[in-house]
Amino acid sequence: MTLVEPGTPTTVTGVPEVAAPEELGEARPLRADVWRRFKRNRLAMVGLVFLILLGLVAVFAPLIAPYSITERASGEFRQGPSADHWFGTDGIGRDLFSRIVYGARVSLRIGFAATAISVVIGLLLGAVAGFFSGKTDTVISRVIDVFLSIPYIVLAVAIASVFGRSENAVILVLGLTGWLYIARIVRASFLSLSRLEYVEAATALGFSRRRIMFRHILPNALQPIIVIGTITVGAVILSEAALSFLNVGPQPPTPSWGLMVFDGKGALTSAPHMLFFPAGAIVLTVLAFVFIGDGLRDALDPKLK
Amino acid sequence: MTSYIARRLLLIIPTVFLALSFLFFLFFTLPGDPARLIAGGADRSIDEGVIQRVNDRYGLDDPLVVQFKDYWARTIQWDLGESFLTRRSVNDILNEKAPASIRLAIWAIIIEIIVGIPVGLLSAIRRYSISDRVTTILTAAASAIPVFVLGFVLQWLFAVQPNKLGWPEWAALRTQGIGPNSWALFFVPTGEQWRYLILPAITLASVSTALAARMMRGSMLEVLRADYMRTARAKGLTERDVVLKHGLRNALLPVVTLIGIDFGVVIGAAVLTETTFSWPGIGSEIADSVAQRDLPVVLGLTLVVVLAFALINLLVDISYAWFDPRIRLGKGDSS
Repeated sequence: MTLVEPGTPTTVTGVPEVAAPEELGEARPLRADVWRRFKRNRLAMVGLVFLILLGLVAVFAPLIAPYSITERASGEFRQGPSADHWFGTDGIGRDLFSRIVYGARVSLRIGFAATAISVVIGLLLGAVAGFFSGKTDTVISRVIDVFLSIPYIVLAVAIASVFGRSENAVILVLGLTGWLYIARIVRASFLSLSRLEYVEAATALGFSRRRIMFRHILPNALQPIIVIGTITVGAVILSEAALSFLNVGPQPPTPSWGLMVFDGKGALTSAPHMLFFPAGAIVLTVLAFVFIGDGLRDALDPKLK
Repeated sequence: MTSYIARRLLLIIPTVFLALSFLFFLFFTLPGDPARLIAGGADRSIDEGVIQRVNDRYGLDDPLVVQFKDYWARTIQWDLGESFLTRRSVNDILNEKAPASIRLAIWAIIIEIIVGIPVGLLSAIRRYSISDRVTTILTAAASAIPVFVLGFVLQWLFAVQPNKLGWPEWAALRTQGIGPNSWALFFVPTGEQWRYLILPAITLASVSTALAARMMRGSMLEVLRADYMRTARAKGLTERDVVLKHGLRNALLPVVTLIGIDFGVVIGAAVLTETTFSWPGIGSEIADSVAQRDLPVVLGLTLVVVLAFALINLLVDISYAWFDPRIRLGKGDSS
């Protein structure tokens, strides 16, 4: 998976002159090809449809949610699902359905923002390590090894206790701890790609290193980054739930799904719906990202099939 | 081979040193004065004399560099310090908590091996059958369920519901704590112990079992396409011999590596599982101590975990070479 070949459409061998598009007949842009293969994976399509719906729910939350996230129905604590409260109410009488709808915003925001931070850090460090190799590579790889030697949960909880419990702090914690595997994968890609002839050619042409790294090598190293990025969003949502469970996640009354699970754990006997609805939201969302990641991997790299 | 092992062992030292030093300094950047915390809480007004005594006792007034040196001077002699909160020796806490964690881990690994590997194997042999599809979805689901959620679902299914429905007493499982703590041969539960062990063990095993099954399936599918498998069939061996003797042995290799790499995931899962089931092991102790900023306990227990993690990875690399004679360690970089 780490050995990425240059995209096929650009390496058509033989005639040097550019053929007119219609003469190529079956040639399709890479993107169309990937989409065609992705569509064939049913689970990945289910995941994609689910995520699009979830995105719409997040955007239109105020229109969908019948109550606000802090509104308390008087006297209706820990009520099971009913016509008034589809997912029931929580320990202080708030409508769970509304909170889960707004929670989609929190989870997607944390998932995408933290992943963006991880991808940027992982991409920069991995690219530098793989491209320059030698001492730079040794130093960066050692740093990665050191952080990977600390169990993830301990590392995340320790950093979380420094940054506090605002939503931005949680994003920062998960972003700063999630880049290690991304950096490793990017490094491996850059290491093998920077030895190819076209990089040598670009060097001979006198292009700057930065230009070679990001304009020449990066486009060819994108495929594994896209796949791991997708899976990372799901992993971040899981980690946020774990932080909430250990009481270092976002602060109440943030409608975080993890926090709702944390609230529901005490009511397992009397009101299991308090746990099952938010937990279901987490599982379905993470599953969607896992399926899409799998689908993308197969679609981007048909050799694996 | 020997020089390879020696080199890897030497590499563990700087890795562990840097990891623990990072955590040490991280905790000193925390807002709030640790002495105040030890003396009774950050919010209450505390007699300055008490804070002074705490500072003297733990050397918290010393410059950070001095504290850092003291910490490593102690740690090298395997003196892990004493808890800020309970004043207990961290070595004692470790000796008390480690067996519970190790027992739980042993059972999780047993489940991983006896469930994960056969399921992955069957899935690969009957590719695209209904059982294969169900396995694919279940293993994906297991990696998407937060460990503690699975723990609660199991508690609800096998403890809360049976209680409500009035299941017979012999079928009742326990969900909190370690119970009588009675074991034979270190890890075999005796008496009522199994009622307390079974749910946390399944919970802890879930993630790694799913990973092992997935890996086993992929690895076996690859092996099934290999030429030597066709040769084995052509020789007239029974399908059973072909799959088990020629296929399984080769397909197990990547799975063994995975079990090693996976150990980090297992530790994370252990922290959450032990917390969910109030299992008195190292994992729940670390979670509690981090929350209470009990630095010596966090550092002491993490040190043990980091060391174990490094050693297991080394063992996996060595066993890999032992399984597959084509791999020669020590020549070039193995990473």
